[in-house]
Amino acid sequence: MDKIQLREFIKSINPDLEIKEGKQYIEVSIPPSKLYILAKELREKEETQFDFLFCLSGVDYGQDLGVVYHLRSTKFDHVVVLKTRTTDREHPQLDSVADIWKTADFHEREVFDLLGIKFTNHPDLRRLFLDSSWGFPLRKDYVDDINIVTK
Amino acid sequence: MGIKGMKKEEFGDNESLELLNESGSNILLTTIDDVINWGRKNSLWPLTFATSCCGIEMMAAGAPRHDFARFGMEVYRASPRQADVIVVAGTIVNKMAPVLKRLYDQMSEPKYVVAMGACAISGGPFFLNSYCVVKGVEHVIPVDVYVPGCPPRPEALLYGMLQLQRKIETETMKSRKKRNATHDSK
Amino acid sequence: MEEKVINITTDEQQEYVINMGPQHPSTHGVLRLVVSLKGEIVKSVQPHIGYIHRGIEKMCESITYPQIIHLTDRMDYLSAHINNEAVCLTVEKALEVEIPDRIKVIRTIMSELTRIQSHQLWWASFGMDLGGLTCFFYGLRDREKILDIFEETCGSRMIVSYNCPGGLMYDIHPNFQKRVKEFIKYFRKILPEYDQLLSGNVIFHERSKGIGKLTLEDAVSYGITGPSGRASGFSCDVRKHEPYSAYDKIKFKEILFTEGDTYHRYIARIDEIWESMNIIEQLIDNIPEGPYAVKMKPVIKLPEGEYYQRVETARGELGVFIISDGNKSPYRVKFRSPNFVNLSVLNHIAKGFKIADLVAIGGSLDLVIPDIDR
Repeated sequence: MDKIQLREFIKSINPDLEIKEGKQYIEVSIPPSKLYILAKELREKEETQFDFLFCLSGVDYGQDLGVVYHLRSTKFDHVVVLKTRTTDREHPQLDSVADIWKTADFHEREVFDLLGIKFTNHPDLRRLFLDSSWGFPLRKDYVDDINIVTK
Repeated sequence: MGIKGMKKEEFGDNESLELLNESGSNILLTTIDDVINWGRKNSLWPLTFATSCCGIEMMAAGAPRHDFARFGMEVYRASPRQADVIVVAGTIVNKMAPVLKRLYDQMSEPKYVVAMGACAISGGPFFLNSYCVVKGVEHVIPVDVYVPGCPPRPEALLYGMLQLQRKIETETMKSRKKRNATHDSK
Repeated sequence: MEEKVINITTDEQQEYVINMGPQHPSTHGVLRLVVSLKGEIVKSVQPHIGYIHRGIEKMCESITYPQIIHLTDRMDYLSAHINNEAVCLTVEKALEVEIPDRIKVIRTIMSELTRIQSHQLWWASFGMDLGGLTCFFYGLRDREKILDIFEETCGSRMIVSYNCPGGLMYDIHPNFQKRVKEFIKYFRKILPEYDQLLSGNVIFHERSKGIGKLTLEDAVSYGITGPSGRASGFSCDVRKHEPYSAYDKIKFKEILFTEGDTYHRYIARIDEIWESMNIIEQLIDNIPEGPYAVKMKPVIKLPEGEYYQRVETARGELGVFIISDGNKSPYRVKFRSPNFVNLSVLNHIAKGFKIADLVAIGGSLDLVIPDIDR
């Protein structure tokens, strides 16, 4: 499917999603509550079959925290980018997609470790790189006077 | 003509090593010192401890081209109880520092430390803006020889090990006791 | 295999947990595996990582784009050139800069030399882990010849920061073509010796055939790329699917098997070395003339937006995801590293095998730990 067909298809699943044409791929912005359903549909539908989640990144947008999913289909070789945001910085929660794509397991642990976003229904959400008492370094408001040396 | 054929004058940093040589001691003790030092410096066995890129250059120093074994570092021992020198090759981060301290404590006397690479000397390329890198392994364990480079060539590491051998050559029983005392207090 | 039913009430407590600690000769870096065993059979493997986490992604937010290249060198240091190429391609794609053919061809030749060098080191350490110390000496002996070529042209043996946005740092040395051709001629005779040492060895076959099977569905779901994924049948070679640099002009085979066990992951890498040598031979005689770098602005600022570039390193697909807000430092950089993903499958495929097989499986997945932790 090319970009226009993909756009139509996703609009047919869920008409009120915001679909933008990014620099390379089409980008779909979803509210957190609808993420899991859309992800599952994109995985299972015959026409799309997005079975390869090749990048899951957590981003701190300044006011909100978000996650960007890059999906590819091995059969049709098309790519779509899903983005969600949550405005809650104290206790951010998102749905986990670890049962749809098993690679999300480690990636979501990394996002939890570095940004603090909790994923519901994750099989084993523990911190990955850092100790349990460390803050969340990738956040823009992370300040560490002892360790970080700046010019 | 390899490094073994280098004359003493061609090595850098001769003065501080001569200062280490305390003058005036019993002839029996100096002979025993010489024999003990000769045995120790010619059979330094390193511990397999490589965290990142410098580890590959350390392995290359043990490979056929820049053979480590001709200087006495015959085998790499995996267990700290059986090793003499720990070559800290690679960056040390906050999570790894207690592990390194524990390994150093488990090694038995006499033990030496070589800080290999810019990361082990001072944090290296990760000095600025990183939140979890230990800026120099000397914050954790006492260091004998520093080998600069990022990564240092295998020849540079061999030069560093030869400097360590010369440092061992100038040790006496008195200076050894003093050294062990200061190491234990850290 | 039938099991005798023994009525011991403490049967559940028979699991024995051991720690293959961060300092270990076979884990190829600082990886801690907490292995839970029943007798000698592995029940579960929990990797603990973070012992070399240097915060590279956070550091990239305070430095300029050309400076990121020097940090990516040190992530997966055995594919240093390919990592640099990934960042350069992302920046060049974002700025829509046209790269001359000479640069593309030289980048491709250096990438393939890097791949051969990485597989040589992998072969050396894999053989050593299984007990054949000879492989260590043979592999590293031949790797030195490639490192000599790198040193003459790029200035450094392993951590080459040879790429920069817009092209290369310096032109190739006049001896480059001659030395590469000599190396290929020499290595074509030596590689069958490697085969004789390990691939034909009965003990090696017993230790690797049927061990650590990874099915195609699992490979796609876990996202395992590189030779480990291709040995299970997952056609994921970025050089074929989304060609970059000079890969669209040359012919080469994608190495695919279906069995997915340790033995085929091994054979996939050896075959990849043969293919890399074919690729270099197609390119080395016809390096086009031209400049070795395109003139770029002194301060590189990417336009606002998100950019993604994939390259094929020696271990799998590396993805560089840059979110830019128009400044001279990126807003967010994410490195989708192949080793991070490849490690996640270790628990799944090592269940039910003995602990000695765990070392063989870990070696066949070819992990470089600083790439996992970044």
